Amino acid sequence: MKKIPIFFGLHAQPGLKFSVVLALVPFIILISVYLIASDHRHRKNPNDKLLPTITKMYDAMKRAAFVEHKRTGKYQLWSDTGNSLRRLGIGLGAAAICGMLLGLNLGLMPGINALGRPFITFVSIIPPLSILPILFITFGVDELAKVVLIFIGTFPFITRDIYLEVKKIPKEQIIKALTLGASQFAVAYRVVVPQIIPKLIDTIRLNMGPAWLFLIASEAIAATAGLGYRIFLVRRYLAMDTIIPYVLWIVLIGFTVDWSLRKTIQWKYSWYLESEV
Amino acid sequence: MNDSIKEKSLLWIEDVYKIYGDKVVLDDIDLAVAEGEIVTVVGPSGCGKSTLLRLILGQEFPTRGTILIEGKPIGFADPTRGIVYQRYSLFRHRTVLGNVLEGPRLSLPFLERRKRKKELIDEAKHFLEKVHLASDFDKYPYELSGGMRQRVAIAQSLIMKPKILLMDEPFGALDPSTRQSMQLFLLELWEELGMTIFFVTHDLEEAVFLGTRIVVLSHQYLDDRGEHSHVKRGAKIIADHPLSASAKSVDAKKTAQFGELIEEVRLEVDVRHKKHVKDFNLKHPFSWRTVQEDELRPDVTTTYDS
Repeated sequence: MKKIPIFFGLHAQPGLKFSVVLALVPFIILISVYLIASDHRHRKNPNDKLLPTITKMYDAMKRAAFVEHKRTGKYQLWSDTGNSLRRLGIGLGAAAICGMLLGLNLGLMPGINALGRPFITFVSIIPPLSILPILFITFGVDELAKVVLIFIGTFPFITRDIYLEVKKIPKEQIIKALTLGASQFAVAYRVVVPQIIPKLIDTIRLNMGPAWLFLIASEAIAATAGLGYRIFLVRRYLAMDTIIPYVLWIVLIGFTVDWSLRKTIQWKYSWYLESEV
Repeated sequence: MNDSIKEKSLLWIEDVYKIYGDKVVLDDIDLAVAEGEIVTVVGPSGCGKSTLLRLILGQEFPTRGTILIEGKPIGFADPTRGIVYQRYSLFRHRTVLGNVLEGPRLSLPFLERRKRKKELIDEAKHFLEKVHLASDFDKYPYELSGGMRQRVAIAQSLIMKPKILLMDEPFGALDPSTRQSMQLFLLELWEELGMTIFFVTHDLEEAVFLGTRIVVLSHQYLDDRGEHSHVKRGAKIIADHPLSASAKSVDAKKTAQFGELIEEVRLEVDVRHKKHVKDFNLKHPFSWRTVQEDELRPDVTTTYDS
């Protein structure tokens, strides 16, 4: 028997410890390259703005997070985060609720399916950013247009995912529920809904990416606060010391949400991960 | 004659056809089933056994004909009929106890199921004891073996006290020894509760062992309708025997009589021994049928090739 490789080839078995090391490698390379390049530029010009040092970024963030803004009296980072998360939450939350209800009814009720599915297909093909101007014109440049953009951008896909999940439930289960005395309403909301909740959490998780895209795009165009707004605002001053930590902050928020949704499924819906009925 | 059978029967099927497009699946099915029987339905694969079961269940609807339970036409699936499928009977998001409780929970209004919560749980546990699963009440279906799942499914159906329990090859996916113990288990349960069972299987031995009555469904038969292209034949009940309902043990399977019965049914299903409509073996006292004029004409005589 030949030795089992730990890295190369189809048969590699990296093992747990080595996997952790491997996972760190790209990060270490990225950070090293950045630090070297930053140092290189700062030697030539101590006021370089393009690749700020860690200290500069730390100072900028300290100002943003812990010093009151002179004009507004707010803490900039927290007010930006709050504004962005509110938009994201309302938009994605509304899309999740509507998508679940619509997907459920499309999947269960042949009449609703015939009525709604072609239209949903049509809506899902519209590139959401292409109708952003329409939204700004219709809903104004306030909160509503941003929330609606996130909603329109994620709703069709959540609907389609839920629809497919409902379709996967065998006909036998529906009939079984009817023989157990369930009304049509109970079949939909007490037999099928509990079975698709973990899928809903999963699809929200996957739609976080697009939702952030639409949020930042709409904030970039018109807003007075928000993470995307800030990044695009300070771009004018080449304030990389704010942009880079803001991006990392968005990544951290995104990761935390993703992780907690995944853990929720593992803890509360263990049966969902075992597909066999 | 027929009227007296009709009065006494729990399930009454009359002139039922099921036609998909050009294909006749069930061709003029007539059947009466008395309360407390275990009717086993056998036949070659694709003969429409499961279709007949789904018609009784209300999962599909006959193209023509009448199906009555206690004299009332059946509608969509409802608690008068229980069902145990080969697969997918259980709700994967509920524990064993939750699955058995699902019936009472779904059928009672909110306040009542709150008020009677404890009583319902006790009843569900009582049923779980009957199916020997009391200690596994908090497991999820994916943690159970095939035989355990089917026992949960049976308890889940029985708690609703259906007038008739429909079973569609419920033990078909189980290994032989589990299958045998499930058969004995079902008979024990039947002796205790006396429910009416309509049991579809493709296993002749199982059918003869379990049934108090065996019905053979097949599209392999002869009649006088001729070989015109417009004549589409579908499956008919070609045999209907009473079986002894005495208490059974596995030893029953070893007796000569048991072997003979299986052989008899096997010959009925055999393609090489097609029988004519007039010669069907319909010995069961509740057996009855209508025969269409063109199926049985006095001027045509049938000869069998031997």
